[in-house]
Amino acid sequence: MSKSDFAVIGQPLPKVDAWAKVVGETKYADDLFLPRMAYGKLLRSSHAHARIRSIDTTRARALPGVYAVVTGADLPRVKFGILPVSQDEEALCNEKVRMVGDAVAAVAAVDEETAERACRLIDVDYEPLPALMSIFDSLAHPEVRIHDYGDGPNVHKNVALQFGDVDGAFEQADLVREDVFFFEGSNHLPMEQHAAVAQWGSDSKLTLWSSTQTPHYVHRLLAKTLDVPAAHVRVIATPVGGGFGGKTDPFAHEIVACQLSKLTGRPVKIALTREEVFYTHRGRHPVLMWIKTGFTKRGDITGCHLRTWLDGGAYGSYGVASTFYTGVINPVTYKIPVYKFEGARIFTNKPPCGPKRGHGTPQPRFAIECQIDKAAEQLGLDPAVLRRRIVAEPFTKTANHLTVTTIGLGECVDKVVEASGWRDKRARFGVTAKPLKAATPKRRGVGIACSAYLTGAGTAIYWNDMPHSGVIARADRSGGVAVLCGATDIGQGSDSVLAYVTAEVLGIDPKDVHVHPADTSLTPVDLGSYSSRVTLMCGMAAIQAAERLRGAIFTAVAKKLEVSPASLVARDRKVGVPDDWDKAVPFARAVELAESLHGVLAFPGSYAPPKRAGKFKGGGVGPSPCYSYSACVVELTVDEQTGQVDLQDVWIAHDTGRALNPLLVEGQVEGSIYMGIGEALMEEQVFRKNLHKHPSMLDYKSPTTLETPEIHTILVETDDPEGPFGAKEAGQGPLLPVIPAIANAIHHAVGIRIDEVPITPDKILKALEEKRLGRPGRVGPVKLPLLTFKEPIVLESAFGQPADAVVARPFSS
Amino acid sequence: MRVRIALTVNDEAREALAPVHKTLLEVLREDLGLTGTKHGCELGECGTCTVLVDGEPVLSCLVLPVEVEGRRITTVEGMAQGGRLHPLQQAFAELGAAQCGYCTPGILLTATALLAERPSPTRQEVKEALAGNLCRCTGYTKILDAVELAALRMGHGETRT
Repeated sequence: MSKSDFAVIGQPLPKVDAWAKVVGETKYADDLFLPRMAYGKLLRSSHAHARIRSIDTTRARALPGVYAVVTGADLPRVKFGILPVSQDEEALCNEKVRMVGDAVAAVAAVDEETAERACRLIDVDYEPLPALMSIFDSLAHPEVRIHDYGDGPNVHKNVALQFGDVDGAFEQADLVREDVFFFEGSNHLPMEQHAAVAQWGSDSKLTLWSSTQTPHYVHRLLAKTLDVPAAHVRVIATPVGGGFGGKTDPFAHEIVACQLSKLTGRPVKIALTREEVFYTHRGRHPVLMWIKTGFTKRGDITGCHLRTWLDGGAYGSYGVASTFYTGVINPVTYKIPVYKFEGARIFTNKPPCGPKRGHGTPQPRFAIECQIDKAAEQLGLDPAVLRRRIVAEPFTKTANHLTVTTIGLGECVDKVVEASGWRDKRARFGVTAKPLKAATPKRRGVGIACSAYLTGAGTAIYWNDMPHSGVIARADRSGGVAVLCGATDIGQGSDSVLAYVTAEVLGIDPKDVHVHPADTSLTPVDLGSYSSRVTLMCGMAAIQAAERLRGAIFTAVAKKLEVSPASLVARDRKVGVPDDWDKAVPFARAVELAESLHGVLAFPGSYAPPKRAGKFKGGGVGPSPCYSYSACVVELTVDEQTGQVDLQDVWIAHDTGRALNPLLVEGQVEGSIYMGIGEALMEEQVFRKNLHKHPSMLDYKSPTTLETPEIHTILVETDDPEGPFGAKEAGQGPLLPVIPAIANAIHHAVGIRIDEVPITPDKILKALEEKRLGRPGRVGPVKLPLLTFKEPIVLESAFGQPADAVVARPFSS
Repeated sequence: MRVRIALTVNDEAREALAPVHKTLLEVLREDLGLTGTKHGCELGECGTCTVLVDGEPVLSCLVLPVEVEGRRITTVEGMAQGGRLHPLQQAFAELGAAQCGYCTPGILLTATALLAERPSPTRQEVKEALAGNLCRCTGYTKILDAVELAALRMGHGETRT
């Protein structure tokens, strides 16, 4: 369909919640104040690794204003975790703590100050254990076990997959490169600190309001950890003030707030401080990478072998998925005929890492795109031309058996090359060009990189055959339509997308649609706002629900007008025959006719992705209905005296399938670029003496308006057959290419390679100094961990095979 | 010890009884029910809790109410008047400058102060004025665009009276 066929889709409309947000009306979790509400606080460990000998809460209980004090002994002894295979967390630790910040006790009191004071009166006797603060430490000390499960001492997960004969592929290459890269961890830094309000009613039913991206998983785990029937638990996700993956795990404060409410008979709120957010973490994994790739003279890739070592922190979180994600998405971008991936996630005594925007994929993207840049230089090829040449083929399979549908990457490369003036700047700037001004030591450079990202994980976190997303569309006699859906709006605009899609199908205004999201008692399950799945999966479910509603309305109107239902259209709040529009029935009247005929008008829509999981262990991570593509060019200057990098402009072209609302898609792209810039140049979650080095927003550097360059967004539409109205994801993929594009532009400007992020001025000065001394102008990791990877699962490469057809999806009829 | 605090908030005389060390941010939110002003760090680092005091942006997490008694405090709830949005609010909604919306109140108020002082700021001036307000969603692009659009419209007589 072309744009002009749509009334709502493709329009730059304000978000449905924009008005509430600009007047301060939106109620985030911390904005809820209930009568008799108590305030909770967690006492957190000051040790990175220690056995708990005893906890004495006597003094805390005696403090006036304290309603309840709890320790792990007051909770059911059951461990939890987001993934069924990594149930290794306790809301309040019982036997030992594994990181600074682990919760060991909690207080509910009349106000926050009293709760805090009571926490300081709790006496915990710790027996310190050796703290393992790096993957090297953890592997060197197998006698110190952080957990007693996993794939080896302090090894959480060890995976190896091989698709085709990778050694043979290297023999066919004209150039084989081996490089080592490191990507530092970072925090999501959402502006809203996590908060939750629990109310354990006198009817023994529990309600939790929480700033969570995954109310369904929180629902399941509250039932498990509190030993309460899931049928008596209601989780309501309040509008989330920034998530980026940081609010996708169930958290100690959520579980503890519920328990404190049960004990006190009062609603209990727990709001984390900024420091607690840094320790709660679940952010980007620090990943060390070794990558070996074969290239022909013309730049074609003959094969690729990647090894990744992830610093997982103290708990499992999404780590098994994160480990696979450092490997499995890589073959989606370019033609890689054979591929081998080995990865391991190692426990350390630091806050657990998890999913952050791009989940496990920005790290290898950085490695691959920087290595391609180095190869292009050696082969004497323009790095943009090389990339354009090796773009993957649409509607084929990758080496690792992933089905790829539409690919707009070629067009994306062409568009950023043209918009940025790439060829001219590539020739005019750079290490051999004159400095920007004679008097300044600043040199200009441009760099390019590309990427791909999934549009929703093809499998749920727990294996099941139920829908990944569900919608109920209910029409009322006023002509309004209520849309109930478990999706969580984290700012990306899922409420708006639900309204647009419903309005488009029913021919009404988005304002006529009332979206009721994320309430486990009322809304059909949506798995959560992660893996860029919401627009596609909720969108498809909403289309199905709205089409069923429209079908019922058409039957009734057809009867009234004495025409066939197939001749009817719904548009401009009317239903009628296009050639006889004068007789068209107003939508509200059409609803009355339909309700008279059918009874209550409430229709479900369900969506589950096509079943494309590879038939091998690990084959469930990576498949997605479709993949988005991005190409990015960065222009910057490097000051050779200070090492300062200033970004001038970023051009990004993103294949989003179809922009359901271009304003929102641009917003996702711009936000991704910004977040990538932070990771490339400054953000780092690092530790000193077992403590977070800078758990505050001042010392943890993130880009302000002054460090953020002008971002030029170009949207490319490929109308994917898998997406709602052809749409693919936009919220994560565009983050990926900007980081290597910056590294590559720095090399163009001053001829140095910084093979680790963040690329800080000290590293640039060090590399420049090395270069001046006639040594390789490189800063990056040199040491790799000693760890034996598993024997790989060996399969034939599926590269180039035709994609699985766009099949009938589950629940599609 | 609780003290009586008399404040003028959004042109309204308000009173609260609160501990003397309770911050303006907490008194606004907890005692006066003005939850439009948000917590971001409680350390004066992120700009999220910005309100105006006599038209000047201040970080309400670093201010004690007793310091601002008798002065004019404006929160995001005071921007729209008579049911009509401030041009900045209108532009932020129209252009998608609020994604999660959590930093939006603080940014709107900082921008209000900027436009009062410089009705037609350059993009660089807008960037400098907003450099103390972190936003993690938007990459600032649509925020800068929205401030520029509002400035343009206010220059064309769309200022509310």
